[in-house]
Amino acid sequence: MHLCRLYFAVAASGFRRYATYRVATAAGVFTNTVFGFILAYTFIALWHERPQLGGYDQAQALTFVWTGQALLATAALMGGGFQEEFHERVRTGDVAIDLYRPLDLQLWWLASDLGRAGFHLLGRGIAPLVAGALVFDLALPRSPLVWLLFLVSVLLGVVVSFAVRYLFALSGFWLLDSTGAIALSTLLSVFFSGMLMPLNVFPGGFGELARTLPWAAMLQVPADVLLGARQGAQVATGLGFQACWALVLLGAGRLLQAVATRKVVVQGG
Amino acid sequence: MADGPDGTAAGPLRVAEGPAEAEGTAAGERAGGRAGVLAEGRPGPGARALWGVRAWGFTVAMWVRSTMVYRTSFLIMLVVGFVTTFLDFVAIMIMFSHVRALGGFALPEVAFLYGTSSVAFGLADLLLGQFERIGRRVRDGTMDVLLTRPVPVLAQVAADRFALRRLGRILQGALVLGWALWRLELDWTLWRALLTASMVLCGAVIFGCVFVVGGAFQFWAQDATEVQSAFTYGGTTLLQYPPTVFGKELVRGVTYVVPLAFVNWLPALRVLGRDDPLGLPGWVDFAAPAVALLCCALTGLAWRAGLRAYRSTGS
Repeated sequence: MHLCRLYFAVAASGFRRYATYRVATAAGVFTNTVFGFILAYTFIALWHERPQLGGYDQAQALTFVWTGQALLATAALMGGGFQEEFHERVRTGDVAIDLYRPLDLQLWWLASDLGRAGFHLLGRGIAPLVAGALVFDLALPRSPLVWLLFLVSVLLGVVVSFAVRYLFALSGFWLLDSTGAIALSTLLSVFFSGMLMPLNVFPGGFGELARTLPWAAMLQVPADVLLGARQGAQVATGLGFQACWALVLLGAGRLLQAVATRKVVVQGG
Repeated sequence: MADGPDGTAAGPLRVAEGPAEAEGTAAGERAGGRAGVLAEGRPGPGARALWGVRAWGFTVAMWVRSTMVYRTSFLIMLVVGFVTTFLDFVAIMIMFSHVRALGGFALPEVAFLYGTSSVAFGLADLLLGQFERIGRRVRDGTMDVLLTRPVPVLAQVAADRFALRRLGRILQGALVLGWALWRLELDWTLWRALLTASMVLCGAVIFGCVFVVGGAFQFWAQDATEVQSAFTYGGTTLLQYPPTVFGKELVRGVTYVVPLAFVNWLPALRVLGRDDPLGLPGWVDFAAPAVALLCCALTGLAWRAGLRAYRSTGS
């Protein structure tokens, strides 16, 4: 119970930390909205040539664009989460201090990243989606239940995103300079989350593969829940898919963390 | 103005001993200190510009050497940069696996737009991309260091943490452009070749101006660095697609307000033999060099205004 409160406090401080920079948040909303407009126009041209491409109609395709912009910061799809800071602590040896705290390293960072994601969903998610809905005809659900399921799906997506980034960031224990690994992680998440193009438009077997990878849990599944491409039992399988990846990857993170902390050598010692 | 080739040749070697990122600022400070010794006397405006270019050269050489100490890291970042921008083009190829034309433009034509936009933006990003960092320098007060050195601040900011890995983007854009030129099977007259070359060069200048104006803007809006990305990264993404895809208001905006349409849209329409959606007079397609010059002049004013508005921290 006591530990629960502690992790909650960590999450709350993560939220407050990002909430401090209001001008930066407004700037981010502006940039997300500009990119949303650019992508929306290209998608309109594409769906004009091929209506029903990937099973979406034009309104659903546009909803996908704006959901993507709303979740860009929330699920840290282009980086910008905890990983740079964590990497820096590993590189400088400060991680040794984190390790002798009476807390779990992975859960600490998870709590802090969830706090950040919570703020980014409110601060950087709502405004672009509203801007998109004002200008374009979007396929947003009427039922509050669908919105609730969408929020659950976003939460699971953020956990999967965290678990993947944590694995990449742990490489710092071996590489010392994990800048390259973090860049690789960002590159994979931009492409395989569907940020550039929805995964159901990816051709053939490559598309099928992309839809089973963990990055599909970060944007594609939540977006499909919101825009109604997944309904009824398909929502349940989608959430199950996300939960499975979350458990597997968090587990892998724990294993790797155990190996990493055993080999930790603080500079000078 | 004194010259000191011996001093500058020895400098980067010593600097290169420190870890690239961590000791970087200290290394920059040392190089700047030496530059101060070199720039004694009061040079005229021409000599001052020349001195700015030379100082830029010294600092860039120092950063390149310090990057090369971690060669593997550099190669990884180069490849990652190449692949990251290449995936943008993969997304376009996925689009064209479903359709034959987008906004009436076939894949080689879109690749032509993509290549010219990417190479022009890549050049600007390599040479002036560091202007994104001004907001951070203003926040932590290290902008003061640049102001105390007898080197034009513009040259110092441009050379600060010069990132050679950005060649990856230029290389990727050049490959796509080469493929497009091969597939387009245009009738290559002299003016077409000149117009294409001028698209890349004038485009780089226009994008460079966007970077510098964005940097000047950060003197006022310190935390709002990300607004700049909407015009730089957003601009290059916009120009990778045909203008017919976008609403007329948007096309007008990037023609008259932020003159990005002169980077590649207007000249490219002429090279490809296409009609201009805004119906502007024909000579506009050749106006990019004049627009680039005008941008430079306005950027110079904006930069000076920004620098004058700078208030240091702590008081």
